[in-house]
Amino acid sequence: MKKTYKIEVDCANCANKMEEAAQKTPGVQSATVNFMTLKMIVEFDEGQDPKAVMQEVRKNCKKVEDDCEIYL
Amino acid sequence: MAELIVNVLLACIVAAAAIFLVVNWNRGGMRKKQRIMLVRILTAAALLLALQCFPAETFSRAFPLTGRWVRLAVYLLDYLIIGYDILKKAWKGMKNRQVFDECFLMAVATLGALALAIYENGEYLEAIAVMLFYQIGEWFQSYAVGKSRRNISDLMDIRPDYANVERDGKLEQMDPGEIEVGTVIVVQPGEKVPIDGIVVEGTSTLNTSALTGESLPREVKTGDQIISGCINMTGLLRIETSREFGESTVSKILDLVENASSRKSKSEDFISKFARVYTPAVCYAALALALLPPAARTLFLNVSPEWGVWLYRALTFLVISCPCALVISIPLSFFAGIGGASREGVLVKGSNYLETLAQVDCVVFDKTGTLTQGTFSVSGVHHSDLSDEKLIAYAALAESASSHPISKSLQQAYGLELDRSRVSDIQEISGNGVVAKVDEKIVAVGNDKLMNRLQVEHIPCRQVGTIVHVAIDGAYAGHIVISDVLKPSAKEAISRLHGAGVKRTMMLTGDASAVAASVAAEIGVDAVFSELLPADKVSKVEELLEQKSPKSKLAFVGDGINDAPVLSRADIGIAMGAMGSDAAIEAADVVLMDDDPLKIAKAIRISRKCLGIVYQNIIFALGVKLICLGLGALGVANMWFAIFADVGVMVLAVLNAIRALFVKNL
Repeated sequence: MKKTYKIEVDCANCANKMEEAAQKTPGVQSATVNFMTLKMIVEFDEGQDPKAVMQEVRKNCKKVEDDCEIYL
Repeated sequence: MAELIVNVLLACIVAAAAIFLVVNWNRGGMRKKQRIMLVRILTAAALLLALQCFPAETFSRAFPLTGRWVRLAVYLLDYLIIGYDILKKAWKGMKNRQVFDECFLMAVATLGALALAIYENGEYLEAIAVMLFYQIGEWFQSYAVGKSRRNISDLMDIRPDYANVERDGKLEQMDPGEIEVGTVIVVQPGEKVPIDGIVVEGTSTLNTSALTGESLPREVKTGDQIISGCINMTGLLRIETSREFGESTVSKILDLVENASSRKSKSEDFISKFARVYTPAVCYAALALALLPPAARTLFLNVSPEWGVWLYRALTFLVISCPCALVISIPLSFFAGIGGASREGVLVKGSNYLETLAQVDCVVFDKTGTLTQGTFSVSGVHHSDLSDEKLIAYAALAESASSHPISKSLQQAYGLELDRSRVSDIQEISGNGVVAKVDEKIVAVGNDKLMNRLQVEHIPCRQVGTIVHVAIDGAYAGHIVISDVLKPSAKEAISRLHGAGVKRTMMLTGDASAVAASVAAEIGVDAVFSELLPADKVSKVEELLEQKSPKSKLAFVGDGINDAPVLSRADIGIAMGAMGSDAAIEAADVVLMDDDPLKIAKAIRISRKCLGIVYQNIIFALGVKLICLGLGALGVANMWFAIFADVGVMVLAVLNAIRALFVKNL
């Protein structure tokens, strides 16, 4: 399943870090952060609950970039 | 002298920030965060400028005992005003083990410089100024990106906000997403067509420029298909919707363009990988620079270690370690390039495709519908004693009962309503043609076989196409040539492609080789492969893909209707005339909204310009950083130099990236 989320982040390198953090989160098959359109596109593993996974993704993103936000 | 430059610079910053704040305060051009930051920059710069007027001696004179510490406190206050969020972020980053975070690096570099200054009771200016300029750089980046983000989105603003539905004689505005298929919607002059449909009432002129980049308006009347995203210019239209909003052209295009920059290019991947390595590498280099040379000096050279000097050089390294200029300019260039291209009616489905498109040096065309109109029409009337119109009229009338494509093109060329009462005794001779009585004359219309059969002397034609001979009352009256007509811009399109640096152009067609060769010669393609079945086209393209060098790319251009397999097989598939054709939007990597082949060369030029900017930025930013690192290690470049290099490169790279948006005159 693929979902798109709106995000808020200030610098391009931070966006790359968020992408990396999201990709490493369990339950996420692939994640792309588009800094220009401020969107995060997440593809979830089979049978994962996007809501629960996104909570983790958000937590991990906050770890690498304190100033970011993902609108769930 | 240096002092003077710094003061002038600070004064400029104060003035610029103040003017900018006043001008933009109520215009909503800045987000709240940006506004607060600008106020902080203004305050800090003003305070710093004021402090510049009081040298260290003034403080010791005013406060004999505590002068040194009062001075420190004031400077620290300024430092905190400009840098408190950086310190906070750095602290949080450290807690989360994100040591190579640029906030952390800036914090270490400036605190280090402050510590050196406290130790020497010297210049606090440098540490604060570095932080100040770093923040100015970040602010500018955030502002420029936000601005171009909005500009590009505005450019692509074809999203309709509402659809008018008539209820009890009154117009009601509804969310286009709620309109069901088959609803009749009303589009007033000046409004956007929100959903694809068929005109059921009214005539008007449509402006399709938001979709196609074509400024020529299009006429529509009752019964015409109409696609969403056009602007109704003159008359009121009632449209029966044929699709849901989400399936309509405008939604598809918006979706496509918005998501295009999510498909990342190789350059972007390279830069984000590079950034991951670059920052840690520079940090370790800084650590080595702080420790190794002094250690070597004491142990081996027996001279004083000069810890302070080397520590300062190491801190300079940290300032240069932020990869932001690099990381921001690449996606921004692609975003601007894709936005600019879509404005010209060229939809590129991803940054990666824009990158591939720039490397194309061989373009393969499908003939029908791409270089030619794809519809058969009369292209010549020869050897006729009657006027051309009259001959066509006779032929069209004789063929009036037939539904053959030939008779349709004759009727089209005739252009008027057929008066069937003029025709009688229609006799169709299968495979030969038609004999009929028109205006009391016996008119025979058909091919060579018919003429032979009727024993009429006929003149063969040198022109390529389908030849329709006409005999009236047993005497030869001339022939009409019907062929697929070349698009008017086909020839120029090929020469422009060559001009854009494409080495080979080729044409594939199912037509007979004589037809194909004449078309090829007329428009100037380098090679032509004829009499191909649809499946042959795929194998031909595969063959060509094998022949070419791996670096160069092959583009295939089709009309997207029956060449989807070839479009997806080629390195890059370009579909044209895609307005309303889902198959084309699905199968191709680049979609040309109208069917003008000139846009192919334009698309390639746009991609080359965009990629050119990307490479300029990579080389420029990397080059400047490496030079600064070198100069910093040697002690030539101080922290001032480093921060100017860093912020300056970023500003220039961002401005350069925005250039990719301007593609109108390519």
